[in-house]
Amino acid sequence: MFDLVDRPFDMATLVAAVGDLGSGALVTFVGYVRERSDDGRPVTGLHYEAHRELALVELRAVGDDARARFAISRIAIVHRIGELALGEIAVGIAVTAPHRAAAFDACEFAINELKARVPIWKQERYVDGGVRWRENA
Amino acid sequence: MTVRVVCYARIRELVGADAIERTLPVGATVGDCFDDLTREVAGLAELGASTRFVRGTAFVDRATELHDGDELGLLPPFGGG
Repeated sequence: MFDLVDRPFDMATLVAAVGDLGSGALVTFVGYVRERSDDGRPVTGLHYEAHRELALVELRAVGDDARARFAISRIAIVHRIGELALGEIAVGIAVTAPHRAAAFDACEFAINELKARVPIWKQERYVDGGVRWRENA
Repeated sequence: MTVRVVCYARIRELVGADAIERTLPVGATVGDCFDDLTREVAGLAELGASTRFVRGTAFVDRATELHDGDELGLLPPFGGG
């Protein structure tokens, strides 16, 4: 499962999507909206947008690369777009593997790759009314 | 030839439009198209080193030759996750 969604989603959906009886480990990563920016400005929420077609291609490629690189069974990645309130999930990743080390490694790999190569943009919305695009390092 | 340039996020705000039509000489590359635009759009040149480009559903680089009717997406640095 690789998707961009414009409504809140539940991690249970991703967990179900990677279910695999040949695996003994399931690792998930959840990125959600925090109340302050990196430099401490109070945030009311985030706006995400994407180049949808390319982002879906790249999300699948991240999954393919993770499977090629690590001994995992299945991987799911879902990213939210649109307007997100504090605490809402922005990105979810779920990975199953026979053993935990590969699942942890693949999950970390997937979020790092997503940040570097998937065309998604984030704008912070501040309590003082300001907005600012925030780019990954 | 005419190319449709589609602008995303911060670049869309600099350009002031979701998409614009650009007329370019035959043989123009992605880099030519972008550099041409930087002469008209304040602040765009500063993003030159970090902007990526898409045609269809594939990344392309500055040296890629454009063709009449192409749609070129200008992608500022990503912020997903």
